[in-house]
Amino acid sequence: MEISLPTFDFLVVAPEIVVLITALLVMVVDMVIGREQKGRLAWVALVGVLAAGALSYYLWDGSDPALHDMLAADGYALFLNLAILVAAALAILFSLEYTGRVGLAQGEYYTLLLLSTAGMMLMAAAINLMTIFLALEILSISLYVLVGLNRAERRSAEAALKYFVLGAFASGFLLYGMALIYGQAGTTSLAGIRAAVQAGGEPSALLLVGLGLMIAGFGFKVALVPFQMWTPDVYQGAPTSVTAFMSVGAKVAGFAALGRVALYAFGDLQGDWRWVLAVLSALTMTVGNLAALRQANLKRMLAYSSIAHAGYALAGLAAGNAQGTSGLLFYLFAYAFMNAGAFAIIIAAGRFEGATGGGETLDDFAGLAARKPGLAVAMALFMLSLAGVPPLAGFLAKLYVFGAAVRGGLIWLAVFGVVNSVISAYYYLRVVVSMYMREGRPAAVPAPVCAGLQVGVALAAVAIVLLGLWPGPIVDLARVAALALLGG
Amino acid sequence: MVPASYYLILSAILFTVGAVGVLIRRNALVVFMSVEMMLNAANLTLLTYSRFLGDVQGQVFVLLVIAVAAAEVAVGLAIVVALFRHEATTDVDEANLLHG
Amino acid sequence: MPADYLPILFFAVVAVVLSAIAVLMPALFGPKRPTSVKLAPYESGKLPIGPARRRFSIQYYLYAVLFILFDVEIVFLFPWAVVFRDLAPRWLGLAEAAVFVLILLLGLAYVWKKGGLEWE
Repeated sequence: MEISLPTFDFLVVAPEIVVLITALLVMVVDMVIGREQKGRLAWVALVGVLAAGALSYYLWDGSDPALHDMLAADGYALFLNLAILVAAALAILFSLEYTGRVGLAQGEYYTLLLLSTAGMMLMAAAINLMTIFLALEILSISLYVLVGLNRAERRSAEAALKYFVLGAFASGFLLYGMALIYGQAGTTSLAGIRAAVQAGGEPSALLLVGLGLMIAGFGFKVALVPFQMWTPDVYQGAPTSVTAFMSVGAKVAGFAALGRVALYAFGDLQGDWRWVLAVLSALTMTVGNLAALRQANLKRMLAYSSIAHAGYALAGLAAGNAQGTSGLLFYLFAYAFMNAGAFAIIIAAGRFEGATGGGETLDDFAGLAARKPGLAVAMALFMLSLAGVPPLAGFLAKLYVFGAAVRGGLIWLAVFGVVNSVISAYYYLRVVVSMYMREGRPAAVPAPVCAGLQVGVALAAVAIVLLGLWPGPIVDLARVAALALLGG
Repeated sequence: MVPASYYLILSAILFTVGAVGVLIRRNALVVFMSVEMMLNAANLTLLTYSRFLGDVQGQVFVLLVIAVAAAEVAVGLAIVVALFRHEATTDVDEANLLHG
Repeated sequence: MPADYLPILFFAVVAVVLSAIAVLMPALFGPKRPTSVKLAPYESGKLPIGPARRRFSIQYYLYAVLFILFDVEIVFLFPWAVVFRDLAPRWLGLAEAAVFVLILLLGLAYVWKKGGLEWE
């Protein structure tokens, strides 16, 4: 018997391969260079991420090639690649000085950051249950280690343990759900599942249980209520640059796979999952916002805020239409800039002398406007954008997802979203008020901010203003991406 | 031949035992074992379906899951050791610095 | 067919019975004059030092984890080896496995360089 090996068009996954090879390259370079040269690893990583971004953009010609029912380089995957790579590039810029300050092992740090990025990109491209699972584990296992990489700090190890236990628990649910779906559909390919669902008429109970378990599994990754309890502890305990990266990247990847499974594979069962997602969305934004109101630690506050944002973004998915999907994609793209940017300011604030809370408490931000006007303006922009104040990117993103929800017949969900945005304005504005209206302590002397971090913050701030004022090009890309998924 | 439902019921029970174990056991190592049990319950389901559907994808999936589970548990043990260095305990409830 | 496994069942029964006899006979008929030396655990003829239940060095754990990681990867090489002769073209099959092993080797080199294999 002859088994002819399949031919692979490696160009389809060129961005992912570039990121993976860069990760291995960082590892090799880390082995051969001396201790004082480790800082250069960041630049190797950054070049790889930028090259992958360029390749993703270049690949995007609307032909949507696929790699054997396993991975696809369609508009949907490539658009999300851009959001993920933005998060990775910003995280690298924010880490330049921070890794040295906190004492993280740079070789491991950048290798794992890139591996995790590759996992996220693979997850966006995955069109098979197997590749979804593998991609999720690549990104999760790298993140478990990254969260616990600060070995001098007990909180870091503790956060890693919590993230690991709950993450592995969620993986179990996801895998069991996949197994049930495989049994009912007879295949692991999403296209095959779609065909089976279309042909099947009334769906079997096990199929729906499988889908439910998968939603729970993804819900953990993107921090939906009631699967969100790990989020504040992990975001607070992890090194801040890792939090900036994972708060964006893991969410984008989770939504990418959830969107593909729900909208594509189970597109014909919308009536069965839409209401579940809508209820989860309403719960998630409400719980996230109410908990965020009480936080004095900024990292914890942003963790709860990120839960709330998962709820807003989910509204786009629950809408179940093309507008909702492109709204979700735009939301994730805008969120990458504003959330990563906000964590960058916390990294910068941690260096200020007299920052008793490690730059993480509201007090550390008191009077920031007088000492570091540039950082304060950027932070204010991030906060206002997260709150959804026009004309910034966050406002448009919310407008798109809530508009789609209304069109999808979920008016109550849109009302929930708007009320929640108003509530959230309170805690975001509290940071702005603290920076501009309160006196800083005299001891709080600002330290020089690393140039790479300044560049990253400036880019993120400019991006959210541009996205708000001139969203046309990105919205068009998001629309094309949504159509690639939903099929014309 | 043993009917497929026997295997499926067994794996459902194993999965439930694993899930409950994660929730109620306190020793990190026992929690890891429970997670492994959940993954292996899913593996058993995959294999059952693979056998009864006459389709090989399920078996391939299981091989991948086994490799992933090994990597996962290696990282998990490393995290426990890291935490042990700080506080000399493997009780997950003792990890309580972060709360609020 | 179940009947094909009869010799294995027979073998298992014989093994259980023989070892049961070997354990039970001395216990039933042998003289028992215990002394503290006789009750001590047998440790290759050496005098036992301290209790048997004690903490192991963390080094064992590191080795065990590294072993598991590299060991489990074999799971992918077995199916490949079984069908290797039927692969067409064969060089491509070899090349693909080579890439896989190369990445593993890179991991091994990394562990080595970082001192993970030193017993200190």
